[in-house]
Amino acid sequence: MREITERDLELLATGAWILGAGGGGDPYHSLLAMKRLYSSGASTTLMDPDDLADDARIAVVSTMGAPLVGEERLTDPEVAARAVQMMEEYIGHGFDAVMSLEIGGSNSIQPFMVAAFTGLPVLDADTMGRAYPEAQMSSFAIGDLRPYPLTLADPRGVETVVSKVPTWKWMERVSRKICTEVGSTAATCKAPRTGREVKEWGILRTVSQAIDIGRAVHEARQSKQNPVQAVVDCEDGRILFEGKIVEVKRRTTEGFLRGSVELEGLEADKGHRMKLDFQNEFSIGWINEEPRVMVPDIITVLDSMTGEAIGTEAIRYGQRVQILVLRAPEIQTTPKGLEHVGPRAFGYDLDFESVFAEVQRT
Amino acid sequence: MRRIGVDVGGTNTDAVLVDTDRVLAAVKKPTSEDVTSGIVSALNALLDELGGDPGGLDGVVIGTTHFTNAVVQRRDLEHIGALRIGLPSGAALPPFADWPQDLAAHVSGRVVMVEGGHEYDGRPFMPLNESDVRQAAKRFQDEGIDSVAIVAVFSPLTSECEERAAEILREVSPDIKLTLSHNLGRVGLLERENAALLNASLRRLAESTTLAFTEALDTSGIEAPLYLTQNDGTVMRADQAEAFPVYSFSSGPTNSMRGAAHLSGLNDAMVVDVGGTTTDIGHLKAGFPREANTVVEIGGVRTLFRMPDLLSIGLGGGSLVDTEHHTVGPVSVGYGLTSEALVFGGGQLTATDVGVAAGLSQIGTSLASTDSIDEPVISWAMDRIREMIETNVDRMKVDAAPLPLLAVGGGAFLVPDSIPGISEVIRLEHGSVANAVGAAIAQVSGEVDQVFSGLGREEALERASSIARNRAISAGANSENLRVVDVEDLPLAYLPGDARRVRVKVVGETVSS
Repeated sequence: MREITERDLELLATGAWILGAGGGGDPYHSLLAMKRLYSSGASTTLMDPDDLADDARIAVVSTMGAPLVGEERLTDPEVAARAVQMMEEYIGHGFDAVMSLEIGGSNSIQPFMVAAFTGLPVLDADTMGRAYPEAQMSSFAIGDLRPYPLTLADPRGVETVVSKVPTWKWMERVSRKICTEVGSTAATCKAPRTGREVKEWGILRTVSQAIDIGRAVHEARQSKQNPVQAVVDCEDGRILFEGKIVEVKRRTTEGFLRGSVELEGLEADKGHRMKLDFQNEFSIGWINEEPRVMVPDIITVLDSMTGEAIGTEAIRYGQRVQILVLRAPEIQTTPKGLEHVGPRAFGYDLDFESVFAEVQRT
Repeated sequence: MRRIGVDVGGTNTDAVLVDTDRVLAAVKKPTSEDVTSGIVSALNALLDELGGDPGGLDGVVIGTTHFTNAVVQRRDLEHIGALRIGLPSGAALPPFADWPQDLAAHVSGRVVMVEGGHEYDGRPFMPLNESDVRQAAKRFQDEGIDSVAIVAVFSPLTSECEERAAEILREVSPDIKLTLSHNLGRVGLLERENAALLNASLRRLAESTTLAFTEALDTSGIEAPLYLTQNDGTVMRADQAEAFPVYSFSSGPTNSMRGAAHLSGLNDAMVVDVGGTTTDIGHLKAGFPREANTVVEIGGVRTLFRMPDLLSIGLGGGSLVDTEHHTVGPVSVGYGLTSEALVFGGGQLTATDVGVAAGLSQIGTSLASTDSIDEPVISWAMDRIREMIETNVDRMKVDAAPLPLLAVGGGAFLVPDSIPGISEVIRLEHGSVANAVGAAIAQVSGEVDQVFSGLGREEALERASSIARNRAISAGANSENLRVVDVEDLPLAYLPGDARRVRVKVVGETVSS
């Protein structure tokens, strides 16, 4: 168990935005809310999964909705905590720890907001290792754990419990509808988990991982080193391409932001072209028409100068970027994992081939 | 169209008279402490050049960094009221939540949050709590606050709550100065609110500054409508601009790029403005500077202002040449150029001296002094300067196709004649007063940035264009020559009903008087 400082949260926000793979929402407001809580005396702690008892009870939290709505409605730690309290009331007992559904983007900060109000420790784990658009893409869904119940809170006092659904996909459909009705943003507490379930199916130590990435970026910037290279070194990742954005196409289908980005190569990649598809997050990339990188590998687009991650909603013509690939959590590259988050889960008839497998071959 | 353009900079106040495409007169005078007398002396010098008569003027356009400096230096700001409409959402991040503490202390008078606001699709979020608004109005009045920023959740989509709250505040205090956030910005509550708060805190200064400008005109005997330039290279009538001082933030570099576009007749080009201490590099697209798409900080406050995307590097005519480390800049003799540089009889080796020694310029009073500079020094220093300009021009270029480059500013001679990726380096007559020329030829714009739902893409774009056109016309544009310079639409993730955020900007010439 270790104390999380304000500085840790800043590093977490930077690292988590990179792990967002273009989605998950900018953690700026969440970080700001935490800073205010800290300045009025709040504190939070981080718990290692090894310290978790098998029968411990864990709350899994996230804000669901459209990141753009969050820019106006702003995040509220009290509402985040309310969703957890609702779950306690519904299941009739309290929790021993709280964890994030997804480490990528602003949901990385969500459990810390809950922790600041409840005093619960935050578990060093999540269920995605990045950001994904849908509920059935969590590792708990890959593990076929029970998908219900779910609580959903809105600051106006609209409070909902989804008490039972047959599958994770049903949970996604039903909760998405409720969320849309209350204005496309809502604080949620997902199906409660035991310590044993989290240790078996959770993606462990991703909070520490995000903090480490954030630290590498901040330190590189401070010492005028290349922040993108710092992430590569820290995560044993790979820079796949460097280029300028020459085209951005976006469209909404089935409630998601889908589209593609085209890049023209620079430096070592001069003369080559790359195309990236996204569904909220970047899902697949082609270099000169050949598929070269795909989910579940984490595809992230970083500003060449600052190392700052660029979201799929903010990417624009003319940006000079580097395409960085980070390793997918192991559970997502198993046959069952690939059913949930592999290229076919995103509609591409391709067998998953990791960028890192290719590196090993050569 | 015949206009006088004035640029009030930190060092110089420049004035020009532009008639349609021609610069008829241009002067440069030192900026004065009180602003007014510097403008008066520049205008008088300009009139002298014109034999005392400027002819029938369509307007005088002033560009100034006055309001940016007030925020950066934390002076002349007033204590304001902040009224946020959006409870029960957002309570954890009240107004001023992300301001530097010292600036917040200068500006934050009374903060009130009440219930109200809208959803992303225009449904009410909560009914506006009018009795709380009325109570807030009385409180502002009791505490002697006479400028208030009003901000409602999703007001760029529907301004109903902000308008109603304004009515109530005016019922209580008829003379209160109000800044409504939907007039200032885009979706993004905190950033839009920050813009509104900054604006409210500058209202008193804006009134006195506009008055000073008007007096300067009167003193010079010039009769013409007064305009102020905005950071996107367009103008607003002074009486309207007075209510939106934040729109003039960073208009200096914008004017300089727009001036370069006008002097050259080119709409798509790179612009390199070499000043005394720094060089600004930007990209002209459709005659306007490409805008930065990210959050812009003003005096430490996050905003979403329309700002030119500029790269500023530490290279200027006054940059010191370090013969030991083989570097040029970033340290500069600055305004001391005309006394400290070798060519002006001083003892410092500057970029200007090297340029003169290389035969690129005849500037200075003591040209022979450059004979003392060693040949190899000239050679590596010029290489270094070339390298700095080449690398950074390439960094700002967004397209591989070669573009022309406009070299302006007092140190333009330092820009090399050929640069990779650049089709031609163009040096302009009157390039050293490009900023005042930019002010003189500034246009009027109208912009919209809003979420549309339940419409097809085409219809949404059309509706957005028509709102933008109407805004331009009400800002003083001639309805006959409006043109769209920017269209962007963004479908919104997760939102049903084909929701999309549409941004459209149109610009046009001002109506001739």
